Amino acid sequence: MTDPSPLWEVFVRARRGLSHTHVGSLHAPDAELALRNARDLYTRRQEGVSIWVVPASAITASSPDEKDAFFDPAADKVYRHPTFYDVPDGVAHL
Amino acid sequence: MYGNDFGAPEEASGGGLLGEVEAAEAALREAAARQRRGLPASDDDLAGFFAEIVEADQKIEPRDWMPEAYRKTLIRQIAQHAHSEIIGMQPEGNWISRAPSLKRKAILLAKVQDEAGHGLYLYAAAETLGISRDELVDLLLDGRQKYSSIFNYPTLTWADVGAIGWLVDGAAIVNQVPLCRCSYGPYARAMIRICKEESFHQRQGYEILHTLAHGTPEQKAMAQDALDRWWYPSLAMFGPPDGESTHSTQSMAWKIKRFSNDELRQRFVDMCVQQAEILGLTIPDPGLRWNDERQAYDYTQPDYDELMRVIKGDGPCNRERMAHRRRAHADGAWVREAAAAYAGKRAAEKKEKVAA
Repeated sequence: MTDPSPLWEVFVRARRGLSHTHVGSLHAPDAELALRNARDLYTRRQEGVSIWVVPASAITASSPDEKDAFFDPAADKVYRHPTFYDVPDGVAHL
Repeated sequence: MYGNDFGAPEEASGGGLLGEVEAAEAALREAAARQRRGLPASDDDLAGFFAEIVEADQKIEPRDWMPEAYRKTLIRQIAQHAHSEIIGMQPEGNWISRAPSLKRKAILLAKVQDEAGHGLYLYAAAETLGISRDELVDLLLDGRQKYSSIFNYPTLTWADVGAIGWLVDGAAIVNQVPLCRCSYGPYARAMIRICKEESFHQRQGYEILHTLAHGTPEQKAMAQDALDRWWYPSLAMFGPPDGESTHSTQSMAWKIKRFSNDELRQRFVDMCVQQAEILGLTIPDPGLRWNDERQAYDYTQPDYDELMRVIKGDGPCNRERMAHRRRAHADGAWVREAAAAYAGKRAAEKKEKVAA
């Protein structure tokens, strides 16, 4: 049998112009109730203008065990950062 | 983490506690931004890696390796904290229907709702350690986990609602502000949120007492009586004296706990003295006096035998609190069942539509 009140992760957009940010989790039987519970639990003080709720079971996460190998490809690409490049003296607007 | 969206930090002056919460929040972000050494060299190094993260004041996160005892200690502490928030709704809930004005009633209702919210943040933090909500609820209902002994005292008058806000929530804040720096990420984040909300609770309690203390002689006497009854139980909230505290040393090493019971108790007493003066009420301790050498107040210790009796189940309201919680849980069963049945039906309808 499935869990009658599964776990949901809650994301809130604090103000227009900001992205949704994870604020916590809660239990609810369905999406509609999860949304209402999220409003009561995480926006009692006008902390948000928009809420997402996502079933925790629907999230695929990278595993901490493979963190090394998983994020390795980014480690040797310093040229992705602007600080990698030498800028000749006197160049403006670069 | 979006607690930073609450009002402006100008509020931080109020006793400095909110300022400390802000500082803990900033430290959390700063520690996260700091580059730490790479990852554990091998599986054998997991314990070393854990120790290093804790040492560097960074946060342990749910899926990181952690010592089993660390996990168990956190589950016990966070669960007990969550249960306290939930049971703590009762003494004040007792006065919602009898609040002296509509304004006071609306405020109290919001406060009790906050306590429920705090319980839920904390249950969610405990669940990240691999225990389910149902298990946690059962542990409370079966009496296998405890809640703060303070909630086993009765709220006899409206002034008690004020005393709870000022003293009980005040003591809770002193206890909890250092937890904003706890080494376990989800707990630290929940505590930052909770502490910010608690400061409204403390102020509303103080305001109730201030109003009563500046009212008729009868009202002032009622406020004094509440202070007389709540003072020592509030001091006992910090737990047994350092010499007798069983969990302290290891928790300090793990940076779950940052200050000893006695240090926090002292901090609380030092804060309250001046606040009581402004209320015009007398702290019921003839031994209370400033010690110039220690730069702190000397005070009379609470009765720790009484604390132990209340923890063991023999406080004035232990049975009533548990009976009420069990009844509320049982009475809510049909709501949970109905919501689950409705969700099941809707899901089945959706499936049919997709199939059609």
